[in-house]
Amino acid sequence: MSRPQGIRTDKLSLWYTKFQALVDVSLEIDHGRVTGLIGPSGCGKTTLLRSFNRINERIEGVRIEGHVHILGDDIYAPEVDLVELRKRVGMVFQRPNPLPLSVRENVLFGLRVHVPRGELRRDELNHAVESSLKEVGLWDALKDKLGQRATSLSLEQQQKLCIARLLPLRPEILLMDEPCSALDPSATQRVEELIRELRDRYTIVIVTHNMAQARRISDECVFMLLGQVIEHRRTEDLFLSPKDERTANYVEGRFG
Amino acid sequence: MSREEVEGAGANPGAELGTGLGPRLGRSPARQRLHRAKELLIETVIRVCGVSAVIFVFGIFYFVFREAAPLLFGGLDLGELLTSGEWYPDSDNPRYGAFALIAGTLAVTLLAMLIAVPLGLGAAIFVSEFSRGRTREILKIVIELLAAIPSVVWGFIGLVIMNPLIIDLFDTPVGLNVLNGAILLALMSVPIIVSIGEDALKAVPDTYREAAEAMGATRWQVTWRVLLPAARNGLLAAVLLGVGRAVGETMAVLMATGHSVNVPDSPLDSVRTITATIASELGETAQGSDHYRVLFVLGSLLFLITFLVNLTADLVIRGFKRR
Repeated sequence: MSRPQGIRTDKLSLWYTKFQALVDVSLEIDHGRVTGLIGPSGCGKTTLLRSFNRINERIEGVRIEGHVHILGDDIYAPEVDLVELRKRVGMVFQRPNPLPLSVRENVLFGLRVHVPRGELRRDELNHAVESSLKEVGLWDALKDKLGQRATSLSLEQQQKLCIARLLPLRPEILLMDEPCSALDPSATQRVEELIRELRDRYTIVIVTHNMAQARRISDECVFMLLGQVIEHRRTEDLFLSPKDERTANYVEGRFG
Repeated sequence: MSREEVEGAGANPGAELGTGLGPRLGRSPARQRLHRAKELLIETVIRVCGVSAVIFVFGIFYFVFREAAPLLFGGLDLGELLTSGEWYPDSDNPRYGAFALIAGTLAVTLLAMLIAVPLGLGAAIFVSEFSRGRTREILKIVIELLAAIPSVVWGFIGLVIMNPLIIDLFDTPVGLNVLNGAILLALMSVPIIVSIGEDALKAVPDTYREAAEAMGATRWQVTWRVLLPAARNGLLAAVLLGVGRAVGETMAVLMATGHSVNVPDSPLDSVRTITATIASELGETAQGSDHYRVLFVLGSLLFLITFLVNLTADLVIRGFKRR
């Protein structure tokens, strides 16, 4: 059974001024699956993730060659609208980063920036808040605290809120950059559960340092080293019978 | 184990442990005393520098108030001072109604802020969020240069350049008026508003910008929806410090506002501010006379206003940091 293509990169290379962080990365990521990006620190996995919504370009001195296609569209084509791209491709960061606004306004932020003011009806907004918070399991805890500042929530709630605020825009792809690294083990477990629940509806690409986590939640895994993709296979296969010796050494914990 | 024992034994504990600290631990007691004395001296000097600011502020307030006090508590009608527009300090029947001076100060300050706040905050936003690299560096230097222009030079610009310009543009007989002074004050306040406003915006964590941009917000949307609310207190403080600057400024307004005691009806009326009155009249009064003392009362009033404005700014900044 062939799945539709979510993300395809073609000889993607990226430089931070002089330093080459990605080297000829060619990769195909299926739509509707969870793909884990693993590898030691500095291997380029976060850089790769951040080139899928072009947020890398915030940094001065970034130069990119090659192509990235998302659901068939070349996102580095000159006519691409970054605003539209980021509506389709949502991102969750390593440290929860809710905006210093109320819980409700955090969830609605995407709608507010993408939809002209006149077209937002109050009941639609209310519905968006409720359904997004329900989807991430925060509704019961926060339904009476929608006016509270989001930055005062617990880290777990903040990170779930950061996922919830992507949902009103109906993104097709969710990028997650070590979304649990700031959370304690039980919070991690609950966020992982949430990711599992979301997997059917979105293409999820998740960067993780934690190999056990990669095994638990990803369908496929990409192992990277020094800016290159070494191996990309089904998670089980990658961990149980890696083809490349470097992959084997990494997943067995001989370096990392 | 005392130091003498260690030295006497010729031991070098550092060497034994391999820390390399040995020779230092073995410094002679005399040198150590000298070292301590030096340390103490430096500490004392620095402490005096720090405390001197407090002494100066209170000292200045004390001397100004001391000159004002005999009149303030001995016969001055404070109600008349604050509400009457009759400022005839040199008349045979002197009247000290400073309302026109207060109104002049407020009018110039208010109009200056109407110009300076949008301009200053706009520039702060541009420098902090919309410019990069060389453009930003050059802009910052030029804006700081603006702050370095002496106020008498601003006054000169008011007299020689703005005056004819205002006469031409608005078809009025005199161009030395509220508008002229306000524009100068605005330009003098802008650098303060820009540099403090920029600091406030820079203090907003970059993760907020990144989060908002990753959701597809444009740079203006990030600024409007996230940064301005987040930096609100810092920006308010920037504005208040700009106000403080404008209220206390003397030379430029003395030269540019027309020097006529008058409650203004329009920005094109000439006025005289509190500061300009003190600067121009104090030299001609007899020391200890009522006229002399009433100028010090006005000085105290001015001091009080700027003090309150700065205090408010400070409290606002503090509130900003605590959050």
